[in-house]
Amino acid sequence: MKRVSKFLSASLIFAVMVLNANLAISADYKVGFIYIGPPGDHGWNYQHDVGRKAVDEAFGGKVETVFQENVPESADAERVMTQMALAGADMIFATSFGYMDPVINVAKKFPKVKFEHATGYKTADNVSTYSARFYEGRSVVGHIAGKMTKSNTIGYVASFPIPEVVRGINSAYLAAKKANPNVEFKVIWIFTWYDPAKEADAAKTLISQGADVILQHVDSSAIMTVAEEAGVYAFGQASDMSAFGPNAHLTAIINGWAPYYVEKVKQGMAGTWKGGEQTFDGIGAGMVIIGDLNDKIPASVKKEAMAIRDGIADGTLHSFTGPINKQDGSPWLKAGETADVGTLLGMNFYVEGIEGDIPK
Amino acid sequence: MFKLIPRENVSPVLSLLGPLFSIGFTMLVGGILFYFLGVDPFAAIKMIFWDPLMSETFSTYSIPQIFIKGAPLILIALGLSVGFKANVWNIGAEGQYIMGAIFGASFALSLYPLESIFIFPTMVLMGIFGGSLWSMIPALLKVKFNVNEILVSLMLVYVAEQLLALASLGFLRNPDGAGFPGSRNLSQYSSASNSELIMGTGIHLGVLLSLLMVVFFYVLLFRHSLGFKIKLLGNSPKASGFSGDNPNKLIFLCLTLSGSLAGLAGIMEVAGPAGQINIDFNVGYGFTAIIVAFLGRLNPIGIFFAGIVMALTYVGGELTQFMLNLPAAAIQVFQGMLLFFLLSFDLFVHYKIKLKGKK
Repeated sequence: MKRVSKFLSASLIFAVMVLNANLAISADYKVGFIYIGPPGDHGWNYQHDVGRKAVDEAFGGKVETVFQENVPESADAERVMTQMALAGADMIFATSFGYMDPVINVAKKFPKVKFEHATGYKTADNVSTYSARFYEGRSVVGHIAGKMTKSNTIGYVASFPIPEVVRGINSAYLAAKKANPNVEFKVIWIFTWYDPAKEADAAKTLISQGADVILQHVDSSAIMTVAEEAGVYAFGQASDMSAFGPNAHLTAIINGWAPYYVEKVKQGMAGTWKGGEQTFDGIGAGMVIIGDLNDKIPASVKKEAMAIRDGIADGTLHSFTGPINKQDGSPWLKAGETADVGTLLGMNFYVEGIEGDIPK
Repeated sequence: MFKLIPRENVSPVLSLLGPLFSIGFTMLVGGILFYFLGVDPFAAIKMIFWDPLMSETFSTYSIPQIFIKGAPLILIALGLSVGFKANVWNIGAEGQYIMGAIFGASFALSLYPLESIFIFPTMVLMGIFGGSLWSMIPALLKVKFNVNEILVSLMLVYVAEQLLALASLGFLRNPDGAGFPGSRNLSQYSSASNSELIMGTGIHLGVLLSLLMVVFFYVLLFRHSLGFKIKLLGNSPKASGFSGDNPNKLIFLCLTLSGSLAGLAGIMEVAGPAGQINIDFNVGYGFTAIIVAFLGRLNPIGIFFAGIVMALTYVGGELTQFMLNLPAAAIQVFQGMLLFFLLSFDLFVHYKIKLKGKK
């Protein structure tokens, strides 16, 4: 005991004496990232970290990136961002919706630090937001799902009934219905973004109800594993998940944050970065990427899917093109009319043909 | 093989040294862990325990933050410690914390946008009520049907989490929030805001109350007959009965008291630092407070220091993550080690090891 305590006190004194090093992050430009989960989730956070590493590579030693994982969407987020700003960060990417109010609060205290908040809607002089048109990707996978289902039943594991998720269901449904007029959607809401056990349970339930293609708007790869075991199809979410189900994985909707992150950091360094901007990019800008297509998909379907992808990318196609009615039969879009961004961002209704209700 | 024999005389000095030793051992073993993760262990330990308090860059901000992070831990741990002394095991403070926040916030938000000086105090009382109500369920089941309070209080955490999701998505959802989950921000509703008491520090009423409660619980446990009765119940339920106390009453009191404090911590947090009811509002204070209670030797003053040390590992732990690239899980292991070493040290304080075998 005595020796241990001696060692401890010695090391403590040593620590106090030696480690008066400079605490600020040392590089020309410092960029911080905060993640809601671990970057090893093979989903949402993983792709943000891919974007961070792209920034590292693009600027060599001129830019230093730091990140913090598992930051809860609460007072902790505010503290973490404040500490990053104190440590000298010039730009901070807050990569989850729930960081919205903390970002605004911290941005007020550090007017010189630039904040980029993913998927939120509040901006300030030094806060911009960015989000991806994932629904464009859902048009592509919806089409593939419609063509690949034999039971005409497509399962959909959804997280929270927010516009982002509702938009995805509608987009996928419209594409699937166009590809195969007999399809039916079954949606299960699990009220979490990341819970492998719940996701797997939901997928199993859908399969037992006859679904042979599963779409997901939750983050883990559990559904892919279940689909592989059950011999049904599924799509990767946020990242390529083919490693978890080489036979089940038809393709993936991949989040491509790298070009955006590199561009914003470049702007920050050049002094051309602007606050108050709201970016909402899709396939065209490379923010939404369609992954490799499984060889199980017939060549004709592959061709159609790629045509949809390219059409959306060059603007000749829109996921929501009328005539479209709302679920209750009331008209929404006239023939040829496309949805405006405002309606898309606040979407809280199903389109005609989807059964069931959005939970309130 | 060996066997454990209870010591007849437990050294009070050793018993008090336990927490210090566990902190020292955690630093040592944690340092080795950090070394194998490729991080300079001295830099990491210094950044956890020293920089938040002393570094020029961070300390002005992080010292008040340590008290803010420590306040809910101290409040909840104080309440739990009373029950633990009486052998009443409330493991569900996390749920009571959530219910305090939901009750208080629901009351305040139902009056939005009315401004009145009565809203804040009533909201705090509602929060305390919410927490105590949630702890009354295991209390009633325990005294009426002798149901194990550990199980009931723990399971009610998960029920509370579901109610929290329901509140954030349903009845408390911000009507101006574009359909996203989460309530209105209470810090932007001045009658309900648990605003900072000292400008620029973030120190709020909950921090002040956590300090006052330390004093209150010290008096209650060491200067009031109730404290004696509680300890008696814990040490010898039979003697407690003979002395004319009603054990059921004491059990009920211990559980509701701990629930009330967890509820108080919940409403202080939701109206202050957190700002809004949301699905991820609870971050485990109710469970971490159990470590704090034991690290503080179930003594109010000990709990105060234990809460501060625990808060320090959070605030400093965050620094090490983004300054030194230490994974979040390493910090959690580090915090877990604190309790582990404390419990193992306690074992040796309370028991002798005797080698079994032929003599």
